[in-house]
Amino acid sequence: MRRPKKYESGEATQYISRRAALRKLQLSLNDFRRLCILKGVYPREPKHRRRAQKGSSEIKVLYHTKDIRFLLHESIVWTLRDYKIFAKKSNRDRAIKDFRNLKRRLALFPEIKLDHIVKERYPTFIDALKDLDDCLTLLFLFSTFPSLHLIPREQSNLCRRLTIEFLHYVIASKSLRKVFISIKGYYFQAEIKGQKVTWIVPHYYPFKPQSRQEVDFKVMSIFVEFYTIMLGFTNFRLFHGLNLAYPPQFPSSVLQDSEESLKDEASFVSDRIAALNFELLRTDKVQEDEEELDIDMELLEQDGDSKRIIKMKQEAQEVSRLRTLFKGLKFFINREVPREPLVILIRSFGGKVSWDSSIFAGSTYDEGDETITHQIVDRPSISTQYISRDYIQPQWVFDCVNQRQLLPTNKYFIGETLPPHLSPFVDSKRDSYIPPEEKALLDPSLIETHVQSDDDSEDEAQEEEETVDQELLDAQLQLAYQQETAEYKKFGGPDGVNEDEEDPEDDDDNEDDDEEEEELDEKTKRLQEEKQKMSVQSGKVHKVNKRQVHKAEVDEHRLQARMVKPRHRNLFRKLIREKQSKEKEEWLLRKKRRTIEASEKEARKTAKREARKEAAAAAAKASKLGK
Amino acid sequence: MTKKLALKRRGKDSEPTNEVVASSEASENEEEEEDLLQAVKDPGEDSTDDEGIDQEYHSDSSEELQFESDEEGNYLGRKQSSSAEEDEESSDEEDNEEEGSTDEEEVEDEEKVSKSKQSDDKPSGSGAASKKALTAELPKRDSSKPEYQDSDTSDEEDIRNTVGNIPMHWYDEYKHIGYDWDAKKIIKPPQGDQIDEFLRKIEDPDFWRTVKDPLTGQDVRLTDEDIALIKRIVSGRIPNKDHEEYEPWIEWFTSEVEKMPIKNVPDHKRSFLPSVSEKKRVSRMVHALKMGWMKTTEEVEREKQAKRGPKFYMLWETDTSREHMRRIHDPVSAPKRDLPGHAESYNPPPEYLFDAKETKEWLKLKDEPHKRKLHFMPQKFKSLREVPAYSRYLRERFLRCLDLYLCPRAKRVKLNIDAEYLIPKLPSPRDLQPFPTVESMVYRGHTDLVRSVSVEPKGEYLVSGSDDKTVKIWEIATGRCIRTIETDEVVRCVAWCPNPKLSIIAVATGNRLLLVNPKVGDKVLVQKTDDLLAEAPSQDVIESERIKTAVQWSNAEADEQEKGVRVVITHFKPIRQVTWHGRGDYLATVMPEGANRSALIHQLSKRRSQIPFSKSKGLIQFVLFHPVKPCFFVATQHNIRIYDLVKQELVKKLLTNSKWISGMSIHPKGDNLLVSTYDKKMLWFDLDLSTKPYQTMRLHRNAVRSVAFHRRYPLFASGSDDQAVIVSHGMVYNDLLQNPLIVPLKKLQTHEKRDEFGVLDVNWHPVQPWVFSTGADSTIRLYT
Repeated sequence: MRRPKKYESGEATQYISRRAALRKLQLSLNDFRRLCILKGVYPREPKHRRRAQKGSSEIKVLYHTKDIRFLLHESIVWTLRDYKIFAKKSNRDRAIKDFRNLKRRLALFPEIKLDHIVKERYPTFIDALKDLDDCLTLLFLFSTFPSLHLIPREQSNLCRRLTIEFLHYVIASKSLRKVFISIKGYYFQAEIKGQKVTWIVPHYYPFKPQSRQEVDFKVMSIFVEFYTIMLGFTNFRLFHGLNLAYPPQFPSSVLQDSEESLKDEASFVSDRIAALNFELLRTDKVQEDEEELDIDMELLEQDGDSKRIIKMKQEAQEVSRLRTLFKGLKFFINREVPREPLVILIRSFGGKVSWDSSIFAGSTYDEGDETITHQIVDRPSISTQYISRDYIQPQWVFDCVNQRQLLPTNKYFIGETLPPHLSPFVDSKRDSYIPPEEKALLDPSLIETHVQSDDDSEDEAQEEEETVDQELLDAQLQLAYQQETAEYKKFGGPDGVNEDEEDPEDDDDNEDDDEEEEELDEKTKRLQEEKQKMSVQSGKVHKVNKRQVHKAEVDEHRLQARMVKPRHRNLFRKLIREKQSKEKEEWLLRKKRRTIEASEKEARKTAKREARKEAAAAAAKASKLGK
Repeated sequence: MTKKLALKRRGKDSEPTNEVVASSEASENEEEEEDLLQAVKDPGEDSTDDEGIDQEYHSDSSEELQFESDEEGNYLGRKQSSSAEEDEESSDEEDNEEEGSTDEEEVEDEEKVSKSKQSDDKPSGSGAASKKALTAELPKRDSSKPEYQDSDTSDEEDIRNTVGNIPMHWYDEYKHIGYDWDAKKIIKPPQGDQIDEFLRKIEDPDFWRTVKDPLTGQDVRLTDEDIALIKRIVSGRIPNKDHEEYEPWIEWFTSEVEKMPIKNVPDHKRSFLPSVSEKKRVSRMVHALKMGWMKTTEEVEREKQAKRGPKFYMLWETDTSREHMRRIHDPVSAPKRDLPGHAESYNPPPEYLFDAKETKEWLKLKDEPHKRKLHFMPQKFKSLREVPAYSRYLRERFLRCLDLYLCPRAKRVKLNIDAEYLIPKLPSPRDLQPFPTVESMVYRGHTDLVRSVSVEPKGEYLVSGSDDKTVKIWEIATGRCIRTIETDEVVRCVAWCPNPKLSIIAVATGNRLLLVNPKVGDKVLVQKTDDLLAEAPSQDVIESERIKTAVQWSNAEADEQEKGVRVVITHFKPIRQVTWHGRGDYLATVMPEGANRSALIHQLSKRRSQIPFSKSKGLIQFVLFHPVKPCFFVATQHNIRIYDLVKQELVKKLLTNSKWISGMSIHPKGDNLLVSTYDKKMLWFDLDLSTKPYQTMRLHRNAVRSVAFHRRYPLFASGSDDQAVIVSHGMVYNDLLQNPLIVPLKKLQTHEKRDEFGVLDVNWHPVQPWVFSTGADSTIRLYT
C-alpha cells in the first residue's frame, strides 16, 4: 500500500491560492478579478490556515478549489479571452490603418451575456431581493456620475433608468417603511416581499475626482455591470407582480397631444417617468388591492390572542395606516428643497405633490393653487405666504414617516430651529443610551411630564431671581397703578375703597393666645412629660446601608464570576469588556446631555434676566419721563 | 523648358496603336500628330473618354520612359534612357534593343529598313518593332481600305515561301530555304564568299541599296522611294512625306469650361434618358426593402441601439421556486452593512456631537481609523439645504466593493449570549450560612510578619509565630496576648497538638523544633503534660547514623524551661514546616534543604525520629498526615505523592500541572485534598476519582499561600498575597455519585499589604465557623 503523503488530501486540497488559480484558469489578474466579481466568487477563510496553505503560515488569498473548477466551466471565460484577441487585432488594424477591417471588427465586438449568471447567483427571486442593498446603493451612486474615462455615459444612463424604475415600483407598491437623512445621504428602507431592502441615495453631486489608490472606478464599474443586469431582471419581475407594464409607460390620459409631447415623444416620456409624479400604465384594469389586506387582518383576528399574533396585528395596522399617511394632503416643493427624495416619500404614502415647472418636468399644479395644504420650504423666510397652507421644513415629512403619524407642524415651521432628527434604524430593545427625544416618542406621556417638570424646575430656579427683581417689578406696578388712578380721577368714577389693610393683624392675635395658655397649664404639662417618659418609644427603623449592600452584592457576583469554566474564561472576559465599554459610552452620552441641558438652561436664564433688566430700565425711563 | 507630353493607354480605340512612345527629342510635328490622334488634354483637365490613368511626364526632369501594360495585358517593358541628350541615333538604338536580342550586334541601316518593311516576317516579332513600323505606315492608310490590308499584303509578298514565321537560321545547314506553294524546295541562291562580296561591292554601283531577303535569300534592290522613306524615318520625321505637320489646329472640343450655360433653357425632361441598369438596380433594392431583406440606415442604426442595451425578461417564474443549477460551492452571503444610528443624522441630538476632547482623539487616530469610536465625525446642520455631499462616500462604496470580492468569507457561529450565562449556576451564599462574613477581632502585638497561626483544640487559645522571633499565645475571645515566648531565630511554623489531652505546641524556629507547654487552660492538663515531657523514655532501639546526624532530641535548658519549652529537637537544617498527626503522638517536619532527608517523622512518646524516604523525589514543600488512614502526603514542587506508612509504599501520585505548590489541606473525611499554588490557583483533588484535579479555582489574583478545611463545617478558606481571605463552601456528599459542591462565599480583605505579601496563613477555629488569618502587616485577624 502506498504511504499517504502530506498535503495530498484534506484541507490542503480544498483550497487553492490565487496564483495557482490564475495559472489554472490561464487568465490575467484583471480578467480573474472581473470574473470573480461577475460570478460572485470570493476568497474563503480556512479552518486551519497553515494546513490549507500546505504548511506555509503567511496569509494568502485562498479560494475554494471547487469554485475555481466551477469558473473553469464558465462561458464568459471565453469571452474574456476573446476580448484579448479583439484588442490585439483591432490594435493591429489601427496601426496599419486598415479602417475597413477595423470597422467590421468593431461591429463584431464580443458582448458578455450575464443573464445566466444572475439566475445562477440568485436561484430564487427572494435571494435576489436579499442582495439588493449593495446593488441599489451603487447604482444610485452611479446614476449621478458624469461620463468618465472608465465609466461610459451609457452605463450611468442605464443606472439612472433602472433606479427610477425601481423607485416607481416602490411608490406603486407603497413598500417604503423607514427613511433617514444622514450626513452621508438619504437612507431608505422598503419591505419588498418580506425582505427589508435598504439603500442610500447620496446628497447632491457625490462625484469627486479620486486618485487610483483611493478609488478604483474600474472595479466599481464591473460591479455595476453585473448589478444593472440584476436590477433589470428584478424590476421586470416586480413590475409584473404589480401588473404594471415594463418598461414603464404612461396611460394615454397623461400623454395628451401637447406640443411638447409631439416634438420629441421619447424624451418627453422619459422626463415624466423621471419625475415620478404620474401613475404608470397597468396591464390589468383593477385599481387598488386594499381588500386583500383587510382579509389578512380578519384572519389574524380569528387566530387567538397569543403575543406574537397581537404584535403582528399591530404591525399590520401600523403599516396600513402608514400607507395612507399623506392621503388627501397636497404638497408643494420649493425649489431649494431636494425634489426626488421628497417626491418618493409623499407619493408612496398617498399624497399629491408638485413643484415649480421650471426646475423639472412633470409638475402638476403651480404654487398658486389654493388647495395646497403643505408647502415644503428650506429657507429662513419667504416673501409671499398663503394663509391656507403650512410652511414646513423637509424634515417634517421624514419624521412623520418614521413615526407613522402626522406630527404637529409647529416645531417644523419655516425658520424654526428643528428638533433633532433621529434614526429609525436604532433598535429600541437595546439597553444602551436612548436620547430623551426618542424616549418621548416611545412614550408620549413622558413628553408632557418632562416638559412640565422642566418648567417647574425653571420656576423654582426663578424664584430666587424674582426676589432680586421684585423691587423692579414693584416699581413698575406702582407706576402703572399711579397712572391708572390718575386716569380714574380724571374721568371721575365712583370712589375706590382700599381693601388691603386688614390682613396683617390676624397672625399677631394667634400668638398672644398661645402664651396665655402656657402659663395656665404648667402642671398638666409636667404630668404629660412624665407620661411620655413612661410610654413605649417607637422603635427606630433599621436603616439598611444601600451602598454597602450593593457592594456586597457586587463582591459576591465577582466571586461567582471567577468560577467561570476555564475554557469560557476568555469569552467571558470579552463579553464583560464589551458590556463595560457600552456602559461607558452610555454614561458619557448621558453626562454630555446633562451638561448641555444645564448650559442651555443657564443661557436661557441669563437671556431672560437681561430681557427683564432691559424692560425695567425702559420702565424706569418711562417713569422719569412721566414725572 | 519642359514639354508636357501625355502618355496614354487607350483601350477602346479602334486603332491598332496602343502605345505611343514619345521621346524628349520628339519633334514638334510629331507632337502635333499625337495630339491629333490621342486628343491630348491640357494639363489639369480630366480626361473624359477613357478610364485610364493620365500621366504627365516632364521630360527634362525625369529620364524615365514607362511602358505600361495595356488593356490586353501585353507587357511592353520599361526602360531607362541612359542619357536624355543623345540624338536620334540613340533613340534608334534603343528601339533595336527593344526588338530583341536575336539580331546581330552590328546593326545596319539596311537591315532595319528590311525589318520595318517586313515586320511580320521578323523572327522575333516583338510588339515594339511592329508598332514602330505601323506608326510609320499610319499616315499612308486610306480610310476606304480595310484596316489590316497592309499587313495582308505583306503576307502575300512572301507567298513563295511557306515555312511561316520561323527563325530562318534553322535552314542554315540546308541547301533550300523553304518550300513554295507547290511544296517544292526553294533553293538558296548561290552564296558567294567574302571575296565575291567585296568584288560586288566594288563592281556594283547599287550595292549600297541592295539588301538580302532573309526568307528567299534573294537580293533585293531598294527603290528610290524606299530610300527616301528610310531616310525620313532615320531622321525622325514622319515617314509620310505628304503629311502636313503644321496645318492649323481645329479644336473640335473646347478645352475651356464655360461658367454659364450656353443655352438659357435647361434640358427638357424628355431629353433625359434613364439608365436601364440603374433602373434595374433600384427596382431590386425596392423589392429587397419590401421583403425585409434589406434595411435602411436609419433602421439599422435603431436596431443597433436596441441591440446594445441589455434585454430583460421574466427570469424567475415564481418567488421561491429554485431551478437546479450549478452554483459556487457552499455559498456564504455577504453580511449587510450596519444601519446608521442617531450619530449619523444630519441633525443629531446634541450629545452625539463630539466635544473638543473627542474630536482631538478622533483626529489623532488618523493612521489607525479602525480604532476610532465612529468612522465619521458627527455633524449638525441647521437645515437640509446646507448638507453637502459626504466627502468619503465614494471611498466607502469602493471599500464595500472590495469587501465583496476580496474579503475571505467563512461561516462562524456567533455567540449571542449574555456574560451571566457563562457563570455556573450555584446556590446563593445566603442559603449556605453559617460562614464568616465580618472581621471581628484583630490581634496586634507582633512586630514583624506573622508566619503561622494555630488554634487550641478546644478553641480558647491561639498561638502565632512571627518573624520577630517570638511565639505569642492569645486568648481568642478577648484578643489578649497571654504569653510571649522569645526564641533565638525566626519562627517559621507553629502547630498546636490536636490531642485535647495534651497541651503542647510545636514551634519550628531555625534548626530547632521546640515542644512548648503553653501553660494555659486546664491546670491539670498542663501539669500532666509537664510530667509527660519531663523525662525521656528509655531508648531501646539503636538509631542509625543517618538519623543521628540529622536529628538530636534533648530536654530544654533551664532558662528555656521557664519560658515553657520542654523538649528541643535539633535538626541539621532549618525547618520550614511542622505538622501533627491527628492523635498527637507523631509529628512531621520539613527541611527543604535536607535533600533526601528533608522530611522527618518524630514520635513524641518514644522520642524517636524516622526518615521515611531514602531518596529525594524533589524539593519537598509540604507534608500532611491523613486524618484517618496511615497515609502520608508529600508535596514536592509540582506533584503530590501519597505514601502508605504501614506498607511503606507509594499509593498515588497526584499531578497538579502547576509550577509551585505552596500548601495543602485535607478534608476531615480524608477523601478530598485541597492544594494551593503560587500560580494563583487552588486545586481540588478527589482522591477516589482521579490523579488530576477535580476542579481548578482561580479565585485569587495573586499567589495563594495557604488553604485550610474546617473540621466540622463544609467550609474552606484560602489566603493569598492579594491580601484576601476567601471563604468557600466545599460540600462533600456521602453519595459517591454526587460530585463535591464548591461555592465561593465571601472575600474578606482587611489585611494590609507589606512588600508584596498579604495573607500568609489561614486556620479555622476547631468548633466555630471562624477563620483566623495572619498577614504580613504583623496582625492576626479573626473573621466571624
